[in-house]
Amino acid sequence: MDTALLIEKSILVVLLFLVSLGAAAYMTYFERKLAAWIQDRVGPDRAGPFGILQPIADGVKMFLKEDFIPAKADKWLFIIGPGLAMFTALITSAVVPWGPKLHLFGRDIALQVADINIGILYVFGVISIGVYGIMIGGWASNNKYSLYGAIRASSQMISYELAMGVSAITIVLLSGSLSLNAIVESQKDVWNICYQPVAFLIFFICALAELNRAPFDLPECESELVGGYHTEYSSMKLGLYLFAEYTSMFVSSAIMAILFFGGYNFPGMSHFSGNTLAILGIAAFATKIFIFIFVIMWIRWTIPRFRFDQLMHLGWKSLLPLSLVNLLVTGLVIAFKNGWF
Amino acid sequence: MSLQIISIILGSLTLASALMVVLSKHPVRSVIYLVVTFFFITSMYIMMNAQFLAIVNMIVYAGAIMVLFLFVLMLLNLNKEVEPMTTRGAQLAAFIAGGSLFLVLITALKDTLILGQSYRDNDSQIGLVKELGNLLFSKYIVAFELTSILFIAAMVGAILLAKREKQIIE
Repeated sequence: MDTALLIEKSILVVLLFLVSLGAAAYMTYFERKLAAWIQDRVGPDRAGPFGILQPIADGVKMFLKEDFIPAKADKWLFIIGPGLAMFTALITSAVVPWGPKLHLFGRDIALQVADINIGILYVFGVISIGVYGIMIGGWASNNKYSLYGAIRASSQMISYELAMGVSAITIVLLSGSLSLNAIVESQKDVWNICYQPVAFLIFFICALAELNRAPFDLPECESELVGGYHTEYSSMKLGLYLFAEYTSMFVSSAIMAILFFGGYNFPGMSHFSGNTLAILGIAAFATKIFIFIFVIMWIRWTIPRFRFDQLMHLGWKSLLPLSLVNLLVTGLVIAFKNGWF
Repeated sequence: MSLQIISIILGSLTLASALMVVLSKHPVRSVIYLVVTFFFITSMYIMMNAQFLAIVNMIVYAGAIMVLFLFVLMLLNLNKEVEPMTTRGAQLAAFIAGGSLFLVLITALKDTLILGQSYRDNDSQIGLVKELGNLLFSKYIVAFELTSILFIAAMVGAILLAKREKQIIE
């Protein structure tokens, strides 16, 4: 193993970790400001100018609160739950290509921790184990509301994973590769959203459901389940659950930008090269992620929550057949283009 | 050499977590140990550069199937640790059945490669998705298609069983 490569990757990993956490922290601030704006309020404005230090104050508050473990809880699993949630939220970012290659110190630095040739499958693997944090935490709390939240979360995530996977397969068909890097490279001229608007819509709805965001936030819906799966959690354990939600929101926005909106590609990128291109690419990618985050939050403060049977109905009877038909049509068109008929 | 050491460590961790599945008295913890075991098996596939197999193992076994296991166990509420009553005869039968399975497994596996040896070939391309796809859709196409028909039949059967009583959901 090349030592320089090792150092480069380690720096990238640490940087990614910090950026994900920082983005998640400031997303809480952004969400509160946005909610305030939509509801015609002021929002947090006490800590620092425009309340810009609010996330730090919240973090300190979380750490200083009493860390309480219920007497009847399964102590070991109760502690592991939030950690697992955070872990699965963070590891997806390893395969995300964040920008074109940088040239620094005479080296080409790929802004991607691991360019594995099954990147998109890795993302789905992480999604499929992402439910463990919520399930284990909710069950270990030994509280009926937590258990209800955990059961809702897991059945919802299992149901929406299918339609999500099928709609992502169309992208694989288009680009002919499972590597996220190759998928981004294949969108240099035309973004996938132009070919696959239906798949994008399905993917976006499923991503909302996987994230447990409104209008699919049934696992933690406060009007029915007190706090849902994290009812019994306090202090930084609760903080980790909330943080994990925002981190996965950040990462899944990145994944959606990669699959459908060209990743770091932007119009007129052929006029630039070298480090300028890399920096502009990163900026374009960050803008796309920011727009997705904004839309997800906008939806939360606009649309009321689904009922659980409506959620299942939508997932199994509308989105899954629709995505299968979409896959079939895509396959037929590609076969036709390749002259198989 | 370092590959061999890693493989030995991974192997012993796999065995340890697999043992914990059986030895742990708490069903939910057993399932979690099983998930950990699947993760170690995934890491072994990665050591052999079988990336596709590794990730499918993670998605299907550690993800989907184990989530369903956990789901069922949570609903069963096995919180109180009840020791199921077993008669002497049942214990004897279990011992004989388990022993013969062990014997069969040993005879089946005794000629396989010794652990660590196969990792020497960690640059092999056979486990990559492209090679696998080419094989599945040319040499093994009949078996592949038959398997998928079998799966669809099983799925339709399961749905039919679940829908036997007419339910009206608005």
